[in-house]
Amino acid sequence: MIRVEQLSKHFGAIKAVDGISFEVRDQETLILLGTSGCGKTTTLKMINRLIEPTSGRILIDGKNIQEQSPEILRRSIGYVLQNNGLFPHYTVAENIAIVPQLLKWDSKRIEKRIAELMEKLHLSKGQLNAYPNELSGGQQQRVGLARALVADPPVLLMDEPFGALDNVTRSKIHAEFKDLDELKRKTVIMVTHDVQEAFELGDRICLMDKGKIVQIGSPAELLFKPANQFVESFLNEQRLQLEFKAIRIKDIWDLLPHSKEDTKTASLSADTVIWAGLEKFKFHQADRLNITHEHETRSIRFEQLITAFYKYQSTRAHE
Amino acid sequence: MNEHQQTLWEFVRQQSDKLLMQTLQHIGLTFISLIIAVVIGLPLGIWITRRKHFSGIVLGAAGVLQTIPSIALLGFMIPLLGIGAKPAIVALLLYALLPIVRNTYTGITGVDAAVKEAALAMGMNKWQILFKVELPLAMPVILAGIRTATVINVGVATLASYIAAGGLGEFIFGGISLNNTNMILAGAIPAALLAILFDFLLSRLQYFNLRKIKTATATSPVLLLLLASFYFIPSAYGGKLTAGFTPEFMGRQDGNLGLESKYKLKMHPIVISDAVMYKAAYENQLDVISGYSTDGRLKAFGLIVLDDDKKIFPPYYAAPIVREDALKRFPELEKTLNLLSGKITDSIMTDLNYRTDYLHQSPERVAEYFLRSKGLLAPSRNGSSGIVRIGSKIFGEQYILASMYTMLIKGYTDYDVSTKTGLGGTKICFDALNNNQIDLYPEYTGTGLLAILQPSSKTVDSLIIDKDKTYNYVNRGFESNYGIKWLKPIGFNNAYALMMRGKQAKQLNIKTISDLKRYLESN
Repeated sequence: MIRVEQLSKHFGAIKAVDGISFEVRDQETLILLGTSGCGKTTTLKMINRLIEPTSGRILIDGKNIQEQSPEILRRSIGYVLQNNGLFPHYTVAENIAIVPQLLKWDSKRIEKRIAELMEKLHLSKGQLNAYPNELSGGQQQRVGLARALVADPPVLLMDEPFGALDNVTRSKIHAEFKDLDELKRKTVIMVTHDVQEAFELGDRICLMDKGKIVQIGSPAELLFKPANQFVESFLNEQRLQLEFKAIRIKDIWDLLPHSKEDTKTASLSADTVIWAGLEKFKFHQADRLNITHEHETRSIRFEQLITAFYKYQSTRAHE
Repeated sequence: MNEHQQTLWEFVRQQSDKLLMQTLQHIGLTFISLIIAVVIGLPLGIWITRRKHFSGIVLGAAGVLQTIPSIALLGFMIPLLGIGAKPAIVALLLYALLPIVRNTYTGITGVDAAVKEAALAMGMNKWQILFKVELPLAMPVILAGIRTATVINVGVATLASYIAAGGLGEFIFGGISLNNTNMILAGAIPAALLAILFDFLLSRLQYFNLRKIKTATATSPVLLLLLASFYFIPSAYGGKLTAGFTPEFMGRQDGNLGLESKYKLKMHPIVISDAVMYKAAYENQLDVISGYSTDGRLKAFGLIVLDDDKKIFPPYYAAPIVREDALKRFPELEKTLNLLSGKITDSIMTDLNYRTDYLHQSPERVAEYFLRSKGLLAPSRNGSSGIVRIGSKIFGEQYILASMYTMLIKGYTDYDVSTKTGLGGTKICFDALNNNQIDLYPEYTGTGLLAILQPSSKTVDSLIIDKDKTYNYVNRGFESNYGIKWLKPIGFNNAYALMMRGKQAKQLNIKTISDLKRYLESN
């Protein structure tokens, strides 16, 4: 668990981060969201001491990070940068091996771990000896992720990790990211200014403005119980899409018609968000989808899903 | 006046040993200084990336060093480090410093901030970041700096010959003072080729892709050391006595060539500029030097002239030369000028030169002192029956003589005097006389013979063994060709000479060049 207490960072007269406190639970993904200059990146970099706070403290599993040597601390925290920060003079394998080498792993162990990660991240073995500039943007970002994960650190910090990617690559990597078993065991703090990304990847979102936290909560809480006008207007522009991403099919299960399972079509768990269901319709070009919730499976048409969503939306609005 | 015009190829073939040695020395000088410059410049460049507020001062200082003219920088080095390789290497490394420091600084500050941040975030300490990230990534830029420094060093190393550090400058500057084009080219072409070659090789190193940069970084120090070691191979000078000759002396028949052919004296001399040669002899860095027999520094540094017993140095007896029409116009003139004849011996002239060159007394004061001591000084009569125009070349001895003649004419005749001193060299001075711009100036018999009359080498050989023959020959030649008369010689002979420290010569019982040869050949 990471605890941030009364953390401040002042650059001269500018209060980049102004007395914020929050907690990140183990194996949770917390998104620091906000416009540029809101203090989210500064907050992130204080967690691995790339930036030293003006005041306040940070505890990881109850230990004050100021009391550890920064090098040792950093080796136990994975870090992914927006522009990947890969060493251009190192091969892919050498890049991934940096932290294990600092930790003095033997070469067999390093080799094995790299092979494992390459497979999980859909990188081919042939790319091990390639240099970063020979890879595509998406591949570079995967290598960056592998490098952060290689020593299996309990905490992963990500600074706009997908910011430099085009939309198609990004959504593909998002999907992989969510599926990656390695990440499920990790406490992740990710910085982004992309609201869609925050909703897609975050367990909770911490919305910041001018160095302060405006609201911290699950995507649905931010959407449906905004703390103030700022939160509402921040999300308003892309509201519909966000709602598709924030609401799970099980939330609207009662509004869906009872229809028998169709054996010929693809199936889906009701735990997924509505957006994922809509994408599945599109992907399979199917009339119907089998959706399973607590041992019950219903065969649902595209319009039925949308209708149920709108019904749910109107009941929320009247709460 | 060569009977046979030697081609460049013939010269190179004939001098191939020397050329090879000079080339190796040149390479050695370039790379020794380069290595030291890298050893100093690289850490300095790194340091100023950590202490940015010093970067301005350090880069500024290195920039200022770069603007000091090479000759001046070499000059500054002599009092501190003497002559030879040491000061040359220091001067060269100072020139090489700026490109190396600057490029190290630029290269390291230019490393992608994201890469540095990643290195830091992964838990590398500052040394690991330096050696694993910053230096490898800055290497192409640093190598570019080293490349620039190398090319600069190849160029500046030609000047090292001024202070007896060898290199291709020996041929280049020897050729310039001897007006020998082949010799200049034999030095200049290899120097240019070296610059091009090293530039090319280092450019290959610089554009190695990232994959090979590790190999390149590892091999370059080895290569540098190998090249630097060239300097030590030829620097083993043989002999019991170290000789240092000027480039001009090295290539002249009445210089080192004559020593080799007539005396069979092989000294393996090092080549050095006359500006520092006397001092070097004084400081025991050289034992035998070439020089002018009346130079004031002989006295200043306790040097003595070895007797030229086989007469290879032509006589350079000084005498006033005067236009015949001037002698007619000023009937008192010849008698007055001859007052000085036979009065100034070599040692007196050396002493007088010492007073101007070394004690920095004015030529007038020195002239007055001398005339008074000989009882020749007479108060000026402030005469007005015509003006005698006196010229002089642009060095101390000539100023002194011009002053003496001025005082004598004013004191013993009713003529007035105008002086045109500081005429730059024989040709200008003689042309002024020949074209009736001046009436007289002091000239030397050897110069009259070799620079102005330029007879065949056979005639020269027959004349130079005897000072009177030379005097008579030039007097006749000047009279019939130019209507110019040589008056009686003043007495001293300002010829080329070999010199040694007086103490050492006495100790070794060396008085003549033949004694020197015998000493070197004993044991």
